[in-house]
Amino acid sequence: MHSPILIPILTVGGLGLIFGVGLALAAKRFAVKVDPRVEEVLEALPGANCGACGYPGCSGFAEAVVEEKASVDGCVPGGAAVAKKVGRIMGKEVGEGIRKIAFVQCRGGKDEAKVKFIYQGLQSCGAASLLSGGAKACKYGCLGYGDCVRVCPFGAIRMGDKGIPIVDDGKCTGCGLCSQACPRGIIALLPASQKVFVGCVSKDKAAIVKKACSVGCIGCGICAKKCPQGAITIKENYPWFDYEKCTGCGICAWVCPTKAIVDKVKARPKASIGTACTGCGICKEVCPTKAISGEKKERHQVDMEKCIGCGLCFERCPVKAIDMVGALGWVEEGKGVA
Amino acid sequence: MNIGHLLIIAVASILVNNFVLSRFLGLCPYIGVSKQLDSAIGMGMAVIFVMTMASLATWAIYTYLLAPASSIWKVDLTYLRTISFILVIASLVQLVEMVLQKLVPALYRSLGIYLPLITTNCAVLGVTVLNIDKRFGFVESAVQGFTAGIGFTLALVLMAGIREKLDLADTPKPLRGIPIAFIVAGIMSIAFLGFSGLVTE
Repeated sequence: MHSPILIPILTVGGLGLIFGVGLALAAKRFAVKVDPRVEEVLEALPGANCGACGYPGCSGFAEAVVEEKASVDGCVPGGAAVAKKVGRIMGKEVGEGIRKIAFVQCRGGKDEAKVKFIYQGLQSCGAASLLSGGAKACKYGCLGYGDCVRVCPFGAIRMGDKGIPIVDDGKCTGCGLCSQACPRGIIALLPASQKVFVGCVSKDKAAIVKKACSVGCIGCGICAKKCPQGAITIKENYPWFDYEKCTGCGICAWVCPTKAIVDKVKARPKASIGTACTGCGICKEVCPTKAISGEKKERHQVDMEKCIGCGLCFERCPVKAIDMVGALGWVEEGKGVA
Repeated sequence: MNIGHLLIIAVASILVNNFVLSRFLGLCPYIGVSKQLDSAIGMGMAVIFVMTMASLATWAIYTYLLAPASSIWKVDLTYLRTISFILVIASLVQLVEMVLQKLVPALYRSLGIYLPLITTNCAVLGVTVLNIDKRFGFVESAVQGFTAGIGFTLALVLMAGIREKLDLADTPKPLRGIPIAFIVAGIMSIAFLGFSGLVTE
């Protein structure tokens, strides 16, 4: 039986058998109970491992959810859809959250903002901001080296031609990584339905802002005065928006002398006065752009060139003679005038 | 066998015969896991651990099973060294993984993902085979396994440190990424040649 073939076979086979049985026993002995829900939750998550939830990757969040340390709607990029799925696995109801997306609060690109010196170092905002506060004359403005573009796990930010990042509203999940990556802290997370926002964070006095940038907020306060909703308050030379009150009418963007307020609406409806008009003249008075003309007691006219589609006349007309027409991409998510 | 002898083994396997840079073993994780310092350290720790355990286990298998076979059964089984060592290392890593997961979850979480990568790593197999080739005893094998792991970690951490800096450097476009890493690996290997002759075994 001492064959040179049989013994090696038995030896290696025996070793394999011993190790196999040993491992099988060890697997039983050292079995760790893993909640099957962890796997299920993990599958429902986007899997980008962005860390916006505050846990190390999606698996860390999944574990935290199952252990009830994290709330089921903790996944920011996943939004309401993922929260619902996770909630179903965990047997919890989830309320609808407001979808937030990133807004770049600076418009001072190559042509608008002045520079103090020519920066030739590392092409990163973090590094550039360390060198005497960045090359831009404005100490608040976007440095334009794209730290936010690189950090975005969803490819939702690209660098525009002017050196100011552009957010793709559709792709943005509101995870907030760009906001954290920006050394200037000028990327804000605002409700996705918000159409008008201040494209500047400078709280300097007008003279300083004007020297540094042609589209900076000079804190003049015209927007606050003209806002029909009273949604803007001026504090520290800066207009603060109350997003609960703002209807996105766009008057502030229109009146802003430096165009520091951004109106994201691509096309607004124009007012059109119908035959029911009694010629009361209220619309003429409320129109911020003086686009309405007409004699008393006669049907008034709207100058389409001047009308910015704010909808004030529409709201104020006592006989409902005014229509807002040609609303392209305007009435969205319950906001707006119509 | 004294302390001086063990020290020579240690210096030899960390610097002179560094497993990665002089023996060219374990090059896969050397390139693959050296992008970030954190993961390089994690991988290094896992390798140190597994190399030490594997050295001990394979030494025992060889000394008490394969080597005596010729006198007991009159059959030379030493040629089964490679296959049985792979078997031992693979099951050892599995066992270690299970034990860690149960008993030291924190360590498992930091080493866990690297452990399966080491199962069939040639550097681990290499160190066990070298132990036998050099006719090392139990303690010598343990020291060689442990220090070989340290040498591997040293190379990996150095590489990771350099590659983290390289990411920020203005590298010519065709060389960016893996190509420049290969060039760096070559230069590091040449640099480690400087240690040759430091100790003679």
